Amino acid sequence: MKRALVVIAFFAGLVLLWKIATMVMGWSPLLLPPPEAVGRYIWEALLDGTLISASIVTVKRLLIGYFIGVVIGMGLGLMVSTSDLFESTVGALALGLQTLPSVCWVPLALLWFGQTEGAMLFVVIMGTVGSVIIATSNGTRSIPPIYARVARTMGSEGFDKWTRVILPAALPFLVTGMKQGWAFAWRSLMAAEVYVTILTGFGLGHLLEYGRELSAMDQVIGVMIVIVVIGLVTDKGLFAPLERFMHRRWGTGAAVS
Amino acid sequence: MTVDFTGQLAVEGVSKWFRTSRATVHALDDVTLTVQPGEFLCLVGPSGCGKSTLLDIIAGLAVPDSGKVSADGQPVEGPGRHRLVMFQESALFPWLDVFGNVMFGLKREQSLTAEQKRQVAEQHLELVGLTKFKKAYTHELSGGMKQRVALARSLAPDPRVLLMDEPFAALDALTRERLYGDLQEIWRTKRKTIVLVTHNVREAVCLADRVILMSPHPGRIREEFRVDLPRPRDINSTMLAEMAQEITAALKTHDPELGRE
Repeated sequence: MKRALVVIAFFAGLVLLWKIATMVMGWSPLLLPPPEAVGRYIWEALLDGTLISASIVTVKRLLIGYFIGVVIGMGLGLMVSTSDLFESTVGALALGLQTLPSVCWVPLALLWFGQTEGAMLFVVIMGTVGSVIIATSNGTRSIPPIYARVARTMGSEGFDKWTRVILPAALPFLVTGMKQGWAFAWRSLMAAEVYVTILTGFGLGHLLEYGRELSAMDQVIGVMIVIVVIGLVTDKGLFAPLERFMHRRWGTGAAVS
Repeated sequence: MTVDFTGQLAVEGVSKWFRTSRATVHALDDVTLTVQPGEFLCLVGPSGCGKSTLLDIIAGLAVPDSGKVSADGQPVEGPGRHRLVMFQESALFPWLDVFGNVMFGLKREQSLTAEQKRQVAEQHLELVGLTKFKKAYTHELSGGMKQRVALARSLAPDPRVLLMDEPFAALDALTRERLYGDLQEIWRTKRKTIVLVTHNVREAVCLADRVILMSPHPGRIREEFRVDLPRPRDINSTMLAEMAQEITAALKTHDPELGRE
């Protein structure tokens, strides 16, 4: 309860600072609108449905692309972890591609797929795959060998060993990889939506870009806030329970709190 | 409880070298050894005498360069569910609770129903006195409790042979003494063949029917001692201390480096 109050006070303080800045600094409201203008935009866009339908379009693209990216990334990651050949080929490729900002995929995707959903999906998948591959292979390679020895003596080999020992033991790493993949997927999609105008769906990135074209700063900031909130909510809703589960079992997470 | 007299082990002329890019270590040299069904055998020796390697080879986790190992007349070609190993680190699985860990080896037993597996796991938790901690996670347990869970996990699938690699070395003295009592009791009721590796001579005398003395460079069997002291044995008894002293003296004559100390 006390913690919630602190959190509310923190954000209220930020908004208050913002309000004061717009009042005393004399900036043009075109560059920095006061918080109530942004609030009004969000409220109206929620009521007339633009924000909701844009969020649904965006989140749907994100979930589909992310899911495909995680499946491919984990599959390749497991292959990379089991063979030195894959490690020095696919693993190296993933490492290299991970350093490539995902927005760099957009021109290529546009030329390949045109202004279609396919281009969006491609960019999201490419943004997700690299970090998931690396986290998965690092994770399975960091498992203490004693677990595998115990499994072997208990007659657990092959598929059984993978599903009952290796994957659960690598869970903390897998979750880290999935979380990182999620952040990258989110970034890639926003880059793609800002750059690519397509007719099949009007996402948050487009709303942001149109805000710029109309010089509607209240819309730009409003959409940015919505993007942050969606990111935060998925983190708390999707990954926090998984992380709590792991901390409870592994007894981790207590060292710094 | 039916006592079936299986769990016989035969090691014949086993040698093993470890080759790295820098050196070749002769870990075991022509080791021959027979363990009777239901016998409690301790392998004792200083570091580097190959006792843990020998245990790994019996377990099927390592392959000898020459010689052979058989269990109940069958050649050992890999790890098998009749010879389970307990390590110095308990190596419990943190993603499972205590009960889940004890169930681990039972999961693949096709001869038991799900209900029977649960019962077997419960019995073994009771055997090591941890019924109350069934739902605990492994990081919530003390070192001694972890080793008890590891013991229950190894015993639950009803192996014929239990192989223990310095299972008490990381524990404090008081916990260790309690576990000596527990292990003797479990061995008395279950009659498993047990091969235990240790560098603690007293521990060996306290637990074993027979103590095998090994020396390093290369790893060889030097001497064996039959321990006929009455059971249950107390690690602090004088008879036990005398026997341990005798074995320690022998240990020093076989290892010039220890003898100089």
